[in-house]
Amino acid sequence: MAQKTLGAAIGLGLDGALAADDRVLLMGEDIGRLGGVFRVTDGLQKKWGADRVIDTPLAEAGILGTAVGLAYRGYRPVVEIQFDGFIYPAFDQIVAQVAKLHYRTRGAVRMPITIRVPFGGGIGAVEHHSESPEAYFAHTAGLRVVACSHPQDAYWMIRQAIACDDPVLFFEPKRRYWVTGEVDASLDAAPPLEAARVVVEGTDATIVTYGPLVATALDAALAAADEGISLEVIDLRSLSPVDFDTVEASVRKTGRLVITHEAQQFGGLGAELATSITERCFTHLLAAPARVTGHDIPYPPSRLEEHFLPDLDRVLDAVDRVLGRANSLTGWTL
Amino acid sequence: MQSPAETPLRLLGPDGRRIPNDDFDPWVSDITAERLAELYEDMVVVRRIDSEGIALQRQGQVGLWPPLRGQEAAQIGSARALRSDDFVFTSYRENAVAYCRGVGVEEMMPMWRGTAASGWDPYEFGMAPPAVIIGAQTLHATGYAMGCAKDGADSVAVAYFGDGATSQGDVSEAMVFAAAFRAPVIFLCQNNHWAISEPVSLVARRPLADRAPGFGIPSIRVDGNDVLAMMAATRWALDRARRGDGPSYIEAVTYRMGPHTTSDDPSRYADPAEHDEWLQLDPIARVERNLELNGLHSVHEVASRTADAVAADLRRACLELPDPRPLELFDHVFTEPTSRVLRQRSQYAAYLDMLGEER
Repeated sequence: MAQKTLGAAIGLGLDGALAADDRVLLMGEDIGRLGGVFRVTDGLQKKWGADRVIDTPLAEAGILGTAVGLAYRGYRPVVEIQFDGFIYPAFDQIVAQVAKLHYRTRGAVRMPITIRVPFGGGIGAVEHHSESPEAYFAHTAGLRVVACSHPQDAYWMIRQAIACDDPVLFFEPKRRYWVTGEVDASLDAAPPLEAARVVVEGTDATIVTYGPLVATALDAALAAADEGISLEVIDLRSLSPVDFDTVEASVRKTGRLVITHEAQQFGGLGAELATSITERCFTHLLAAPARVTGHDIPYPPSRLEEHFLPDLDRVLDAVDRVLGRANSLTGWTL
Repeated sequence: MQSPAETPLRLLGPDGRRIPNDDFDPWVSDITAERLAELYEDMVVVRRIDSEGIALQRQGQVGLWPPLRGQEAAQIGSARALRSDDFVFTSYRENAVAYCRGVGVEEMMPMWRGTAASGWDPYEFGMAPPAVIIGAQTLHATGYAMGCAKDGADSVAVAYFGDGATSQGDVSEAMVFAAAFRAPVIFLCQNNHWAISEPVSLVARRPLADRAPGFGIPSIRVDGNDVLAMMAATRWALDRARRGDGPSYIEAVTYRMGPHTTSDDPSRYADPAEHDEWLQLDPIARVERNLELNGLHSVHEVASRTADAVAADLRRACLELPDPRPLELFDHVFTEPTSRVLRQRSQYAAYLDMLGEER
């Protein structure tokens, strides 16, 4: 097994998908000669040709809309949206066309389109470059939404997303692109795309998260362990559908739930998780679920983003709250 | 080719006389009087389908109907030029195109009656389900055409859209992509002069066909009420696409003789005098005059009988459409049902069982 960055692992997965199926095409702005602004597609156009790794005009609706037509024709387009905040011009094509065509045609038309979106903040970027729009898409029936958090999963998940006959929103945590890890380039040990993963087992509280904050949650588990608190960390991996069974099993064991994501809180994934888990295991809960999220404000200028993004201390504060510990600083219930 | 701003291409005058045209006559040299009579019958039939659809809506049998009266030639002339391996992406007013693609009356109605979200298998007829979001389908056609070119096939994709759609970004992006990738796609704009109540003059200071050349796409303005000119122009564009010369744009200048949909009231915005002017340019009447000039006198009676029979079939097919079973709600959200969908399905099934209702 080779050490790879998360970004390179996705590139390796794209390379493997291009090799495995000649109907797979990559499309996006600057993905060819430049190799993408994050270099995820570096070298792929040279290897596979401009006919399969396609530099498109700068037009997000155009990229998604033509991907729909290519899917009608039997292709499996993998499109790159350059930054999270640029996905909105393509929103109609994604939620009104891509998501619905299989349902509308009672299964006659398939839309095996993978939509890669670098998402989240923490890289000091300007506006429209640090957003977490996943809830818009998780809210839309007919779309699968996933987020990777480390190189091995990134490799497995991009391969599975491209092989999936449903459309998949594939969120890549851009501030973790340079995190390295071992990558097994086979697919034999890959868990199903929709399966959550218990990253660390624990007994006192469950932290559910995904994408960029998995690393933060792991830091929290380490820090809490110093105080004798045992945290279980779940990487959701799939945001729609959510593997509620795995979360439910964990919460039945720990009795306490903390959910953390970068996206704004109102109507976010945390709201769905808190409600669904409360419905499923109300009598096992020893405290109300706590959410640690971005504030309900537009993504702020980069000099303020450390105050927006959930960090180790805010996660630990929420852990204290669900544990009813006196050293909770805030008592927030938001 | 003529400049788009010029008088629209016309091969058949309102008086029924043929208008010679050196450039475009060769494209319809095979259209004998008998073949023209077939196109005439197509138009009579789809006008009858259209009036039956309106009647069904007025009688509460379908929720909505988008009339196409006045646009029969634009749709029949273009759609009859296509091959079965071509693929069309339309808006919702193209029931005549669906008829030409072989879509049966029973498959035409479910979307309007509300028994299904769309009626036919797109791959069986080479026709996508109608796009209700204005202009979205022009990108789908362009992408499909990019796929045809990649496959080395000489199939062509056709995007049907209206003058209202030309305001949408998707239509401009479709032309950018079509030109960039030399996609074998035809942009077939039916300029029927109205986007619900808004006249084309609101959005276009120049002929709509003028827009395409700016994208590097050749275009032509056609009398959209002239079935022969529509066929000639479409064949010209198809030939360009099949040869690998890329996209073309056709502006079919026509007029919506009825409301936008059955929910609409054109008396609030349309000028009756303008309507009467267009009545003189009726696409069916001029072909009838031509056929009579050529000695085919009983065409109207023959076509009417066919049309009545098709309309009766349409009505019967519509009324016989079964209501879907409640649990079909949950079918085909994904290619394989997710645990979430299965959970909600079983919960709702239990609820129906509790009420003793069919599921």
